[in-house]
Amino acid sequence: MSELMVRADRVHKVFGRNHVLRGVSMEVKAGEVACLLGPSGSGKSTFLRCINHLETIEGGRIYVDGDLIGYREQGEHLRELTEKELAEQRQDIGMVFQRFNLFPHMTALENIVCSPMTVKREGRVKATQFAKELLEQVGLGEKANAYPSELSGGQQQRVAIARALAMRPKLMLFDEPTSALDPELVGEVLDVMKGLAESGMTMIVVTHEMGFAREVADTVTFMDGGVVVEHGTPEQVLVNPQEARTKEFLSKVL
Amino acid sequence: MSSRNVVADIPDDVRIHAKKVRHPMRMLAAVVLLLLVVGIIIDGAGREAYDWAAFGTYIFDPRIVQAAGVTIQLTVYSMVIAIALGVLLAVMRQSPNKILGYISWVFIWIFRGTPVYVQLVFWGLFTVIYKTINVGIPGMEPWWSFGTADVLGLFWIAVIGLALNEAAYMAEIVRAGLLAVDSGQVEAATALGMNWRRTMGKVVLPQAMRVIIPPTGNEVISMLKTTSLVTAVPFSLDLYTRSRDISSETLNPIPLLLVASVWYLVITSILMVGQHFLERRFSRGHVRRVSRSAGGAEKSQGVTKLIKTVPAFGADTGENGDRR
Repeated sequence: MSELMVRADRVHKVFGRNHVLRGVSMEVKAGEVACLLGPSGSGKSTFLRCINHLETIEGGRIYVDGDLIGYREQGEHLRELTEKELAEQRQDIGMVFQRFNLFPHMTALENIVCSPMTVKREGRVKATQFAKELLEQVGLGEKANAYPSELSGGQQQRVAIARALAMRPKLMLFDEPTSALDPELVGEVLDVMKGLAESGMTMIVVTHEMGFAREVADTVTFMDGGVVVEHGTPEQVLVNPQEARTKEFLSKVL
Repeated sequence: MSSRNVVADIPDDVRIHAKKVRHPMRMLAAVVLLLLVVGIIIDGAGREAYDWAAFGTYIFDPRIVQAAGVTIQLTVYSMVIAIALGVLLAVMRQSPNKILGYISWVFIWIFRGTPVYVQLVFWGLFTVIYKTINVGIPGMEPWWSFGTADVLGLFWIAVIGLALNEAAYMAEIVRAGLLAVDSGQVEAATALGMNWRRTMGKVVLPQAMRVIIPPTGNEVISMLKTTSLVTAVPFSLDLYTRSRDISSETLNPIPLLLVASVWYLVITSILMVGQHFLERRFSRGHVRRVSRSAGGAEKSQGVTKLIKTVPAFGADTGENGDRR
């Protein structure tokens, strides 16, 4: 349990003239749940998107399960990975988005089997069976044939989680998974995530759900202005923060 | 699934049975127009110039039926080429490679900016301007050489002329369709490990089709009628040119104009039916099937509508989300 799943070393990200990440370092052990907190524009979502190379990085290194993300080391130099190599890296990293991003022209079941069948070339029978198990697991066994537009936001997000799990990832990234939901639908999504954490999945969660962070997270990282301000256990960061910026942020959200 | 009349649930003592507002001017306009239409039909049926007997003679004339077939072939072949080329041009426009983008832009600029009739005259002269085409390195003996007139019959020159012009329009239609697909869809597919080709084929294009099909249907119908310009090539076996040729023998042009018009109308109508079914196929997931209790359905509609109308969130702007 002590091996590193994610190791980010002094990651820099620049959008035009905007230096969004200014040397973010972070380590997540296998089986851990890491919560990323921070105010708007702190770079926490950007950092998450760098982990599966949805965003390129301009400095530093990110390793997932020992593999350098996005590049290959050739002696002194780095070479960009090809599209195919990037796709292979991403297969092991599941991602859940704030706005679900389910494919609207496919049913819940089709959404889930789509990538195992096209990317991993799994057979339809096998993929469908696993997809049904996943739907049961997120409590939507009877919604297999519903289109996303026929599901509530909470149900859509649970399908999106099942879709990411269908690729049997080593790591799950959650980008504010409950921020686009009506308040009464937040709980059902958090419950699924809690179950996933208990099953031993390594998770990095950008969230504003302090209750979830306190209850489920193994580590909490507070970011502001593109740097890590404070990192520690939920107890350390949320209950006894040392930094002024952390205290100020927590006083606003709690 | 319930399709029963819910209005019946409203208690009788509160149910509204209001008298409808009358619109006498609308009524009058409708009656006047209807009388006018009936008048034109009765007049047209008896008018000598239309020569309905001749219309009856020529409507199923083998030459006309064959010409209708040629017109359909011109339409289908040129549209197939135009759609394929249009997709290619649209994807080139989106390419990170600037040169590919500019070439696509220039193609569209030229072929959309000049009249199709003029283009067809030009392609008709193509075999005169370029008598032979040599494949090889300039200054060396060509590897392969052929005479253009041997390879390109007038029919195919007409098809290519129509297709190149149409491709410029199709490129813009396809581009609009691609742009209409939310960027989150590409991100989700990418995060799932799909490559660009699969992302396009499985995720983006099927959704873009919903936006692409209605204007493409218009283009097919428009193309059917534009084929009447192939006389500029000069190609003469299409529906309109053929009926003109027949009428120049009979010296009775009006019934043949009607014959051609009826054939164009019939083919257009068939195409409209096809378009309807295609649109239904690609609206999958967008036409809502209400399958739950009224309250639940309403709630989920509210949520989905909200999500669709919220402008795309940036990477990190969800701060006003729910807090606990």
